[in-house]
Amino acid sequence: MTDAPIVPDFGDDEEDRKISFVCSKGSLDMAYPGLIMASGALELGIETHIFFTFWGMDMINKKTMGKLKFSPVGNPATHMPAALAPFPGMTTMATKQMNKQLEDLDIPDIPTFLEHLQDMGCHLWACKMSVDMFKLTEDDMIDGLDGVLNVGEFMEIIEGAQTMFI
Amino acid sequence: MPATTIGGREVHVDDEGFLTEYDEWDEDLAKELAANIGIPELTEDHWKVITFLRADYKEQGETATLRRVSAVGGIPTKSLFQLFPKKPARKMSYVAGLPKPAGCI
Repeated sequence: MTDAPIVPDFGDDEEDRKISFVCSKGSLDMAYPGLIMASGALELGIETHIFFTFWGMDMINKKTMGKLKFSPVGNPATHMPAALAPFPGMTTMATKQMNKQLEDLDIPDIPTFLEHLQDMGCHLWACKMSVDMFKLTEDDMIDGLDGVLNVGEFMEIIEGAQTMFI
Repeated sequence: MPATTIGGREVHVDDEGFLTEYDEWDEDLAKELAANIGIPELTEDHWKVITFLRADYKEQGETATLRRVSAVGGIPTKSLFQLFPKKPARKMSYVAGLPKPAGCI
């Protein structure tokens, strides 16, 4: 029993934190980690930026974002015999299974997930060089994209942020 | 479990201050909890969230995440950030007298 009530410290007075994720992969299993961590950061009121580059562009390309695949090839963590992994149909099967597992956990698909992040105030940036390389236009990419940046501009934006490369 | 006095009554809380007994909570206490964390008034929209969280917890046995409040409870995520600024998942749970959500999304 104490006099002053015990009240959680939500850290509202703390200095504002900032975090950024560089998403460089376009496979299903490598797309989720960045998004899940970004979601966790946003829920804690942390200013969050995601920079999509190279194969990570598939995560925000309207044509591909809903169809990312998971391949067991070269991934010993699937515990599948290595010789079987490259067989036709394996990637489709593994992707289907992973999507099912995610769905069972109520994890949204990539487009829905990105929309959820945007609702929480997440900033989404596309890499200029990748946009040029894959010949993408603004219409090809997710609605509400914050912009296309070169590396220098991105560095300015994330000044003072913790950064994770995925 | 520590006990603490909020709004003139003794309630059980965890080390951080989140209520641990579902039935020790009522609407009057919610107003006190909200005031404790800088939410001076609970509006109709706040109550919608709180009511959903309480009912969902009773059914599911765990506190709904922001995603669940929006996908199942139909309350847009954007408005959760307005109602419970900065850390909505934790703040809404606190006011609803529930533990922090355990899920990642």
